[in-house]
Amino acid sequence: MNRKTVIRVRDLVKKFGSFVANDRLSFDVYEGEIFGFLGANGAGKTTAIRILTGLLEPTSGEVMVAGFDACRQPEEIKRNIGYMCQKFSLYEDLTIRENIMLYGGIYGLDRKTIKERTERLLDKLRFREYGDRLISALPLGLKQKLAFSVAVFHEPRIVFLDEPTGGVDPLTRRQFWEMIYETASAGITVFVTTHYMDEAEYCDRISIMSDGRIVALDTPSELKRKYDAGSVEDVFVKIARPGMKYSQETADINGLG
Amino acid sequence: MKRFLGFVRKEFIHIFRDVRTLVIIFGIPAIMIILFGYVVSTDLKDASLAFLDLSKDDVTSELIERTCSSDFFRKTADLSGYHEVDRVLKSGKAKVVIVFGENFGRNLESGKNASLSIIADGSEPNTAALVSTYANAIISGFSQLSMPAGQASIPVIVPEVRMFYNPSLKSQFMFVPGVITMVLTLICALMTSITLTREKEFGTMEVLLVSPLKPVQIILGKVTPYFFLSIVNVVTILVLSRLVFGLPVKGSLILLLAESMLYIFLSLSIGILISAVAKTMQQAIFISLVGMMLPTVLLSGFIFPIENMPKIYDWVSSVLPPRYFIVIIKNIMIKGTGFAHVWKETLILILMTVIMMGLAVRKFSIRLQ
Repeated sequence: MNRKTVIRVRDLVKKFGSFVANDRLSFDVYEGEIFGFLGANGAGKTTAIRILTGLLEPTSGEVMVAGFDACRQPEEIKRNIGYMCQKFSLYEDLTIRENIMLYGGIYGLDRKTIKERTERLLDKLRFREYGDRLISALPLGLKQKLAFSVAVFHEPRIVFLDEPTGGVDPLTRRQFWEMIYETASAGITVFVTTHYMDEAEYCDRISIMSDGRIVALDTPSELKRKYDAGSVEDVFVKIARPGMKYSQETADINGLG
Repeated sequence: MKRFLGFVRKEFIHIFRDVRTLVIIFGIPAIMIILFGYVVSTDLKDASLAFLDLSKDDVTSELIERTCSSDFFRKTADLSGYHEVDRVLKSGKAKVVIVFGENFGRNLESGKNASLSIIADGSEPNTAALVSTYANAIISGFSQLSMPAGQASIPVIVPEVRMFYNPSLKSQFMFVPGVITMVLTLICALMTSITLTREKEFGTMEVLLVSPLKPVQIILGKVTPYFFLSIVNVVTILVLSRLVFGLPVKGSLILLLAESMLYIFLSLSIGILISAVAKTMQQAIFISLVGMMLPTVLLSGFIFPIENMPKIYDWVSSVLPPRYFIVIIKNIMIKGTGFAHVWKETLILILMTVIMMGLAVRKFSIRLQ
């Protein structure tokens, strides 16, 4: 593949004391692709995402995100990425416009740009009539779509989605993935973790983590062929058994903060 | 800077949209001032008093008149015999019964033992003790004045007691510094720890940390509004206590505000520290209330004097910031002393602030690792 690399990870190791959460991870993510990051609970996904987003420092290894070094230039990385976590991340007691204004401002956009993009976004989502309503008055599906729109509002190079569709109904999930496709086709790389295996099928490429290592990385169809499985779910079950040592300890560490 | 201001603005919106927060920030100071000023007053005023006068002579009627002419007592009943004492006390018609024995006046004049007893309703020990002390004082004052001439060869020493600083012994004067301390502790420590853990609990903290905002900016942005609101509160309390209780600030107002800001900084750091330790809002509330509010009320010398505590509580209280802050504002407000008399306490508070801020910053960055 001769596409541009936006995330480059080589021999990434993250230790918490003597416990190895990420064991020599190496992978590339290309511009504009939808990269699925799969793994059982406690396999080390959250730790890896935190390193990629500049929240954690790696113990050793090379991590380049959007052309910047994760150890030395975390601030530059932060300006070039968007992030949406599993918990809903907009402020319930602020209106849609206020939320957008806040996040837009945090990412350094000027007022005029924010106003223009806000109106465009509200039109696109057909949210115009909700613009000045408090977030708490919206149904969960709308909130989730809005959270995603806010995460890419500043037009980052990469957007990280940490289980974005948890607790959302199938219809909204479908619409959500349409938004993800649209974003990717606009050139924004999507790095997504999920527990829904049907969603994994929508990804351009997926990696599967187990016991702190990446045990598989390829396109969904290639993985299915390689493991002689009918679906990504079967692939996952075949290779992603959480080891015995990943019991409470891992859960605790990954649950930090 | 623009990013930061937008963030502060958002925090103000949080505060002004949440009725509960508003009530805590603006309602509680007013309520506490009124509550401590009027309801929890330890002054004696208009205590109901009954007399059982078995002597009915000039001396006793003068004594009764004297007692009732003070603001402290109000005569509610004249009893005709001992059998009525129990009834008036039980019915609450009187808190105290004063009994003059038979031939009271004549015994007093002839230098014999004149029998007088004060019977108080002991079910309210504080009031009873107060009432009987006051009554005792009035009557013994009288008995010394009316000593028969023959016995006055030994000069009767009447100690003249004057109360400095708080001449009328108004208890509100003592409570206002305590209320200021409580309110600042409540708003700074409790509210900031709640607002920071709320971001954690709702997942917005993660998003903020991934954003270009620096952790320091996030924390400062969250506590800045509370800093200003706390200053507003100090001023409000001072104005209220001036208007309602006529309590002036005798010392320098600037010094008082400067010391308050120092204490606000300290409490904010404690709030940040609590939020770094607590995982949920409930934990934050619990730690703030039990760890900060209770000691502030009980051990800081606000209600119970530290001198009367067992040594161990004295030690415990010596690590509590409110103890020193109360001393500082009492000195400035009531005694009107300058910085020369509060520098030691100020130094201790500055030291505590440095330690707490250091710990808070450390805790916060550890959490991010």
